[in-house]
Amino acid sequence: MPTKSFLLLLLAAFSVQAQAKEVPADNYKAYCVQCHGSEGTGKGVNVRDMSVVPRDHTDAKSMSGRSDETLFKAIKEGGPSIDKSILMPPWGATLSDEEINDLVQHLRMLCKCKFG
Amino acid sequence: MKHIVLIVLLCFSGAALAEGGILQGNCSACHNIKGPAVQALKAAFEKKGPDLFYAGNKYRQEWLVSWLQKPSRIRPAGMYYGGHIKAGAKGDEIDTSTLTDHVALSKADATLVAAELMKMKPHDDLIAKEKIESGTIAKQMGEMAFTKFLGCMACHLIEPEYGGLSGPEIYTAAKRLQPQYMASFIRSPQAWEPKSMMPNKNLSEVNIQKMIHYLETLSKEATHAN
Repeated sequence: MPTKSFLLLLLAAFSVQAQAKEVPADNYKAYCVQCHGSEGTGKGVNVRDMSVVPRDHTDAKSMSGRSDETLFKAIKEGGPSIDKSILMPPWGATLSDEEINDLVQHLRMLCKCKFG
Repeated sequence: MKHIVLIVLLCFSGAALAEGGILQGNCSACHNIKGPAVQALKAAFEKKGPDLFYAGNKYRQEWLVSWLQKPSRIRPAGMYYGGHIKAGAKGDEIDTSTLTDHVALSKADATLVAAELMKMKPHDDLIAKEKIESGTIAKQMGEMAFTKFLGCMACHLIEPEYGGLSGPEIYTAAKRLQPQYMASFIRSPQAWEPKSMMPNKNLSEVNIQKMIHYLETLSKEATHAN
């Protein structure tokens, strides 16, 4: 039996490793910075030809107008899910719900603001 | 004696190449040629070139032979854009000083390397799921879908001077890539690369077919694809 337990443990360790949670700063760097910019101000390397300018995540005024649930939905399901631009894609197949929640908190840190 | 040495040498280099020697020795410095795909972002940030371990499922052989002899940049901001941007007057800009060119091969080496790469097909299962319907789409209609309805231009150039810069240019995509691969990757980038920068946009089958036809239309027009 110890062999079976060991194998199970190994399997568990492997599957955790395969789906390891990323820290929000890395997820932001990987997926958000291309449009929202390295400073989070909406001036990413992709914006030149965009018809709609990406959200400035450091703008406390506009960011405090969105609830955490709205931000979560925008990240997971894309801009159109909250009546915003199609240029904001859905990241639900890339990020886990937990990672999206972490990203929402990361946005709150960038804007130094809360909802309301 | 000299002849024998030369023949032995030629045989050896031929054998080494045939066994993927050149891939192991040179290509593997920048490309993942053994798999699996990276499972963590820290490793994805370090990537210098696209994964090649599924090259046979992905590329068109004739394009590989041609491109390897005269390589040109396909990703304007490099493999991972974050390592190649700097702050500019209007926002982030590409820092071209950090980008390196791909080495050019002789025709003989390019032919051998391409043949080796085409043998690497670990994802035949994903490819087999795709059926490409023949059809065409007017360039304007495709462009409208690509830019306005699906938003792909956020990250991809649809012509040399129009579109986003973090992803690979797509006006040469159909020259470079097999249609089934394009369909499969659009359907689920994460099935190929769990940490892909490309999101799964949940495209319908109709839209996937439309995009393939659009990419084919674009590539037929691209004049400097190679």
